[in-house]
Amino acid sequence: MPADGITAMKRAARAEARAAWLFLAPGLGVIFLFFLLPIAAAFLLSLTDFDLYAVADWRNLRLIGFDNYLRLLRDPIFWKALGNTFYFVLVGGPLTVVLSLAAALMIQSKLTRFRGLFRTAFFAPAVTTLVAVATVWRYLYHPRFGLINHALQWIGLPAVDWLGSTRWAMPAIIILSIWKNFGANMIILAAGLQNIPESLYEAARLDGAGWWAQLRHVTLPMLGPTFLFVGVMTCIGYFQLFAEPFVLTRQGEPLNSTLSVALLMYKEGFRWWNMGYAAAVAFVLFVVILAATTLQVRASRRGEA
Amino acid sequence: MSGRALLMGLALASALSSCAPKTSDRDGVVTLRFWGLGREGEVVRDLMPEFQRRNPNIHVEVQQIPFTAAHEKLLTAFVGRVTPDLAQVGNTWIPELATLGALQPLDERIRRSAVVNPADYFSGIWDTNVVEGAVYGIPWYVDTRLLFYRTDLLVAAGFPRPPRTWNEWVEAMRRVKARGGPGHFAVLLPVDEYEQPVIFGRQLGADLLRDGGRYGDFRSPAFRQAAGFYVGLYRNGLAPVLANAQIANVSQGFARGDYAFYITGPWNVGEFRRRMPPEMQGRWSTAPLPAPDGSRDWPGVSLAGGASLAVFRGAAHPEEAWKVIEYLSEPAVQVRFHELSGDLPPRASAWTAPSLAGDPQVRAFHEQLQRVAPAPKVAEWEQIAAQIWQCLEPAIRGHESVDDALTDLDARVDQILEKRRAVLARSPRAR
Amino acid sequence: MKKSRVATVLLHAALVLGAAATLFPLFWMITASLMPTGEANSDPPPLLPSRVTFEHYGELFTRLNLGQAFFNSTLLATAVTLLSLFLNSMAGYAFAKLRFRGRGKIFGFLLAALVLPTQVAVLPLFLLLREMHLISSYWGVILPGMASIFGIFLVRQFALSIPDELLDAARIDGASEFRIYSEIVLPLCRPILVTLAIFTFLGTWNDFLWPLVVLTDQSRYTLPVALANLFGEHVQDTELMMAGSVLTVLPVLLLFLFLQRHYIQGLLMGGVKE
Repeated sequence: MPADGITAMKRAARAEARAAWLFLAPGLGVIFLFFLLPIAAAFLLSLTDFDLYAVADWRNLRLIGFDNYLRLLRDPIFWKALGNTFYFVLVGGPLTVVLSLAAALMIQSKLTRFRGLFRTAFFAPAVTTLVAVATVWRYLYHPRFGLINHALQWIGLPAVDWLGSTRWAMPAIIILSIWKNFGANMIILAAGLQNIPESLYEAARLDGAGWWAQLRHVTLPMLGPTFLFVGVMTCIGYFQLFAEPFVLTRQGEPLNSTLSVALLMYKEGFRWWNMGYAAAVAFVLFVVILAATTLQVRASRRGEA
Repeated sequence: MSGRALLMGLALASALSSCAPKTSDRDGVVTLRFWGLGREGEVVRDLMPEFQRRNPNIHVEVQQIPFTAAHEKLLTAFVGRVTPDLAQVGNTWIPELATLGALQPLDERIRRSAVVNPADYFSGIWDTNVVEGAVYGIPWYVDTRLLFYRTDLLVAAGFPRPPRTWNEWVEAMRRVKARGGPGHFAVLLPVDEYEQPVIFGRQLGADLLRDGGRYGDFRSPAFRQAAGFYVGLYRNGLAPVLANAQIANVSQGFARGDYAFYITGPWNVGEFRRRMPPEMQGRWSTAPLPAPDGSRDWPGVSLAGGASLAVFRGAAHPEEAWKVIEYLSEPAVQVRFHELSGDLPPRASAWTAPSLAGDPQVRAFHEQLQRVAPAPKVAEWEQIAAQIWQCLEPAIRGHESVDDALTDLDARVDQILEKRRAVLARSPRAR
Repeated sequence: MKKSRVATVLLHAALVLGAAATLFPLFWMITASLMPTGEANSDPPPLLPSRVTFEHYGELFTRLNLGQAFFNSTLLATAVTLLSLFLNSMAGYAFAKLRFRGRGKIFGFLLAALVLPTQVAVLPLFLLLREMHLISSYWGVILPGMASIFGIFLVRQFALSIPDELLDAARIDGASEFRIYSEIVLPLCRPILVTLAIFTFLGTWNDFLWPLVVLTDQSRYTLPVALANLFGEHVQDTELMMAGSVLTVLPVLLLFLFLQRHYIQGLLMGGVKE
């Protein structure tokens, strides 16, 4: 009886679909309600001047179109924050990835002993609580009692007013971030290295390729996709720079030289409760991250082609 | 495994719901949520046992919020509808919180009170709590800034008594700096404090805002002169360009003679007594602020600072909250509070206590308190205050001129006040 | 031969130096937390305490009440971990093994949403939870953390390898879909669930921005929020702050050391997604 068989199959398929939706509903519901919906709402919020006056009395809420964005474009502090964020991403990002690669190459080297021990050591900062370790670094950076300056002076370099000078405050934050993040990337890159077939290296060696040539012509190209992943994730994370300056320099001091876009959003939103304006800041951050990610993926595709 | 995880999850969920904020009060005991700021939040706990003894049915739960985060925490609580019953609030925040409708007016309670008597308070301080004719906070302690100075360094520089005019003061600083040599300065003015430039401005008669608080007025001649004087102190090397975060230990620097003057508030009297080495005690003192040259009124005006106790509109137990305020306002309790914290009482009757009247380093504050002016009473003041030092800092560091900094400041303040102008235009009465 | 020995020595020198530099901040955090008050601010700063003292830890737990924050962090991280494990595994399994219309599209959409920065959601999320009257409650932290795209993705990748025959056989035996999930799928997914659990626990424990914003009441603070709060009040007390940092970092560091293998495995699952 084929007809019966088909309806039975249809019924089974329908039951399966229904079960699937029941399984999906709680998880997707949470993601929709507490993640996707707020992101969409952020855009709507950015078209208003929602602030404390509006919290106190709804009649004080005005729809102002793209005024917040126009105001942003004219606000030198926003440009400063955007510039700082790009400084952090463009300098800190590549440095982190390069150091991760160096660490991964060392860890995966055939000569290395106690591999697990070194891997754990390099990786440890990645699991620590940012607020706590940033607090630690703040004391390490102290111009007078900080151990970093003492180490510098010990090797004959001048002491640096790390967090107090406009020149060094951002490098100080970059150093902290590299320290915190290179270990996680290292693990991923090390796994990528493991997946490169040994035969490729053998072939390269037969062609007379040295260590550097092997790195350039075998390791890096083969690592491509992993490299892209690490790069994109680091980039997305770094664009959201917040807790480091929040703890190390509190307001993005000195002279806003460590003010990031996310910190600006926090200050406008949760310190002064200019929620509309803060939402515009957040949305610009969103667009910037999206554009940067797309650019990276495109560039790597072109590189492959 | 899954079954167990599920069970654990359910157990956890029930644990969580039982941990929900305590709204129900068991056995007729009312739990009062009280936010104290900084050190006061710590000290007030020691005053609570006596209150609890008198009011066994009121349990006061004191939370300590750091001063640096207090303003934003209070606003967050207001927006999130989770304000405490009672809080210590900086008196410059009162216009803002009152405008938002976050606070209860206290006039009716004051009228009925046997303890809180407005006539007994420093009038300049009481006035900071009045918004549109209604009282929204009861002063808890007063806080005004004046001159801390090293007596020995001043005498060595040829000044047997503290300076009374700006000219005298600058001269004293020059000589102190010259004697101190490299690495030493004359005065400590943290660049991330707005109080100093605002005080200098007020001394010269600057209004700071104009048109009923609708626009910034920082390019007025008075404020320009004040800002020039203030920035000059750094540019002439009399003050180090340091933010609070960079100053590891104020009392150490003061004891070392890194600076001979420091404009700060009463809390540092206690700090210095506690933290400076014994041989340094007796080598420092306090004095009211010098006045601008040509002005006959000494001391020069300072800011009417301090903190008040306020009851939130969303308070679950306003009656009990008022009881705490009355208790903390009793002159005897205020004296005890002063002994514990070093904070200065806002009531004249508390100042007769020997611990206050007989303390020479505290007496200067009494004198200064007769000459204080409030900050402008607009809801946006905290934002504006932050802009003041942020805009002046580039001038201090020599990145731009004072005039450019003030132009920038006025522009930013006008932007901040834009919504206020709109709200005022819509309903002139709503402030 | 000689050349490779030189290389080996150089390599290990670099590794040791790198490891020392990496671990130094954590080492100093611990030693400074054991110094008597004021010692860390002497010139030159000492590396080891002149006398080991636990007074700062005592102060944290008594006067400063960080024990409450420790409890809150543990409670919240545990709750978020368990609940998200449940929700993510159900959804991940459905995406991997159940057929329904739009499966590919929805999953693709979720993957694309993986690049959305969470910070953008924070402002409206606060207003949403305000309407739900959940500001400053534990649920304010738990609800948004109860499911994650990354978690669903992780489970789905793993569940793909479960043979369909196994599930179909159970269906023919008349097992309900929920029973199949709970008695066949979950046990098989155990390795990835352990990984995901560690990930979620560490992530919730270390999270800062959202708890900072949503938890206004001190009795609800998590350790990072309490620590930042403490920092505002006790910047000058280096040793005390270091003790607070140790208290915050040590639990997750230990957790990681014991469960390292699983954690790294999860990191790699994320890495191979391209």
